[in-house]
Amino acid sequence: MIKLKGRVYVAGTGVISAIGKSIPETLTSFKNHTSGVGKVTLFDTVYKDSLPVGEVKASNSYLAAQLSVNPDLTRTALLGISAAREAVAASGVDVQKWRTGLISATTVGGMDKTESFFVDFLKDPSRGRLRNVVHHECGSSTELIADDLGVKGFISTINTACSSSVNAIALGTRLIRHNILDVVIAGGTDSLSKFTLNGFNSLMILDQNPCRPFDAGRNGLNLGEGAGFVVLVSDRVKDEHKLKPSCVVSGYANTNDAFHQTASSPEGRGSFAAMQKALAMAGLSPDQIDYINLHGTGTLNNDLSEGTAVRRLYGDRYPRLSSTKAFTGHTLGASGGIEAVFSIMAIEQQCVFPNLRFETSIPGLDIKPQVAFESNINVSHVMSNSFGFGGNCSSIIFSVT
Amino acid sequence: MDQLTADLKRQIIEALNLKHLKPEDIGDDQPLFVEGLGLDSIDALELIVLLQTHYNIKMANPQDGPQIFRSVKTIAEYIRTNQTA
Amino acid sequence: MAVYIKGMGNISPQKTWGDEALLANPSDYSGSKLSAIEPDYAQFVDVKQLRRMSRVIKMGVAAGTMALRQAGINTPDGIITGTSFGCLEDTGVFLTKLIENNENALNPTPFIQSTHNTIGSQIALLLQCQGYNQTYTQRAFSFEHALIDAILELKENANQSLLVGGVDEITSYSHTIQKRFGIFRDRASSLNLFRNGRKGTVNGEGAVYVTLSGEKGEGNVVSLDSVLTIYNSYGSELKQKVSGFFQETSLETSEIDLVLLGKSGEKDTDADLENLAADLFPGASLGAFKHLCGEYPTASAFAMWLGARIIREGKTPAIVLDKESGRPLKNVLIINSYFEKYYSLILLRAC
Repeated sequence: MIKLKGRVYVAGTGVISAIGKSIPETLTSFKNHTSGVGKVTLFDTVYKDSLPVGEVKASNSYLAAQLSVNPDLTRTALLGISAAREAVAASGVDVQKWRTGLISATTVGGMDKTESFFVDFLKDPSRGRLRNVVHHECGSSTELIADDLGVKGFISTINTACSSSVNAIALGTRLIRHNILDVVIAGGTDSLSKFTLNGFNSLMILDQNPCRPFDAGRNGLNLGEGAGFVVLVSDRVKDEHKLKPSCVVSGYANTNDAFHQTASSPEGRGSFAAMQKALAMAGLSPDQIDYINLHGTGTLNNDLSEGTAVRRLYGDRYPRLSSTKAFTGHTLGASGGIEAVFSIMAIEQQCVFPNLRFETSIPGLDIKPQVAFESNINVSHVMSNSFGFGGNCSSIIFSVT
Repeated sequence: MDQLTADLKRQIIEALNLKHLKPEDIGDDQPLFVEGLGLDSIDALELIVLLQTHYNIKMANPQDGPQIFRSVKTIAEYIRTNQTA
Repeated sequence: MAVYIKGMGNISPQKTWGDEALLANPSDYSGSKLSAIEPDYAQFVDVKQLRRMSRVIKMGVAAGTMALRQAGINTPDGIITGTSFGCLEDTGVFLTKLIENNENALNPTPFIQSTHNTIGSQIALLLQCQGYNQTYTQRAFSFEHALIDAILELKENANQSLLVGGVDEITSYSHTIQKRFGIFRDRASSLNLFRNGRKGTVNGEGAVYVTLSGEKGEGNVVSLDSVLTIYNSYGSELKQKVSGFFQETSLETSEIDLVLLGKSGEKDTDADLENLAADLFPGASLGAFKHLCGEYPTASAFAMWLGARIIREGKTPAIVLDKESGRPLKNVLIINSYFEKYYSLILLRAC
């Protein structure tokens, strides 16, 4: 058994979501308690007026123009390029100089374009524009981001539903610790699509109002979209570029709840194990965590299960915690990456984010999330949870350098 | 077995892909969930779609599911009470 | 560090499960696709659970079960899956109904089943495996990255058993669409895929799972030495990366006994692969595999199964062999290519 040496630093971050197209815009939304959840405007659906979503406030043509890329790219790729570029620019690292990898995560892939192809294709199999399906596969969006950044050392895509991009960041960390890569751009991207909106609606877990994570009156989730990437570097890269990164990846864990395809176990066994293992790797006790960014989708099942797991770990002495999905909606495969960026922001800004629309604790759990944006507090260790369908549970911890 | 019950059993077997069962294997009063047939929450959602597709009944609240879907008999009673046209 | 193959399962367009001798009666196909020969799934999964599983999930679950049974393990410590297309059939079913019903009265089951991680998660659920669970979907690196992940995991903790697989399916929608892209063409005989230098290849599908451990057990005779994925590299850069791969292993290129090439029947790319092999491995035997399984993103999983069986049996089936060098089969290298943008290397060794 080899002992992994060295630390893995976060040199840069980038994000795009319903609450901002960049890190500064996002922070402003948090400070002002401005949620990005609203009506669907960017595609046609019978649920336009009934199912709130967290849309990125930019059309594909706007994004493409801003990025100077082909406007026919899938929305997932456009969002991913935006966030990944921001992260690389912020990092101060010359990615071409090192053994660099890109590890992305997505559940939607090119489905936003595929679903419009299918309308014509179903009428006649010789119809439908092929350019709308050429980037259907999840791995295609990653190729587009990699080609845009000029990365070809190692490219990969993970799809473990909503836990995907935490797993991407964990893999990036491992590849650096095993001295296979020096720099990894890791995270995830997902766009809204009719397919996922209808899929979640068929499960009857969408709230017809803006979601209320961890509230007794919660009634489901709102879907969202966006992308979040981090640039991970080794000690050697940090020293050579004379970087001053704010934090390191100190722990991560991937477990499986193995209870049911879509529901989490009542005792939250998978989420409990993920949090516990991440802490063990980080060499931290639970009370050293200053803030937990909860998965907190707003569904009856997740919040009760995750809350139960938090209780099992902490009893009464849980740290500040909140779900930021009340701001962004549930960004599916991108949520781990986006919320990792938020977790890192919490360390950099020494702040915690509010859990909007919380009023009453879940009966029996009595957990009160953070209700206001708060700064000037000590935030040294932040945990972020991401739990997905198929029982995939992942947890990651960032710690101040 | 009345026609509605007979139809329902056939539709349930088809909707839930219970290929190993025949309509006569499902008792009218037999519990469908947890014990008995051992159906789960996804099956409950499929039964909601079945009600909509075959009987034009829209069940807005999945929380009502456990009671309505307790057995074929309770589903039949619900349909008789709520069916529009 | 060596990683030992303790068990394997393979469902493919050849009869690769059951007790038959290796490729004893290879199946020949005409047309543009090779479809999997499937077992009776009731042997692997309870009938009550089978009902919700689409074909690709059944294939994955059955192949995974075969690999575990062969390894004598009930529940692995982790499950790592590679799949590029994921669960296409269910994706198509849900999408079709969405459009036809105008977003009304949609069944949730195909949606739930359509996510890529369903294959790996279903196996976890059936086996109550709460350990590490991952799904890779990077086109023709999906299986290779699952292997790389497993190697890293076993380096960190050798005393585990990991179930690692590569799964992809053909559906009628996916085949129609891919044919429109011009990548698949009709052939009179798949087994003669490499004759006549035609353009276009044939579609394939399959599910392969292997049980890997960092600890050698009794009867384990094949090890996985290393894996490399090479993206967007051609000509001398590609050759340099393949040579570089050997610097990381404890082998010289001259020690490779058999190279299994991922030729696809596409004349130009096949020539590139053959030239690369002739250049770097002039003394090795040469073989191919896509005339047996077809071309699809996780075809390298079929190749790994084949390479491991060849090492175990000590001989290469005639239907696989292009050039016989007469060397004993200790070190087998798979070089796969997928529409040129993706190259990968998998090195297997007798142990």
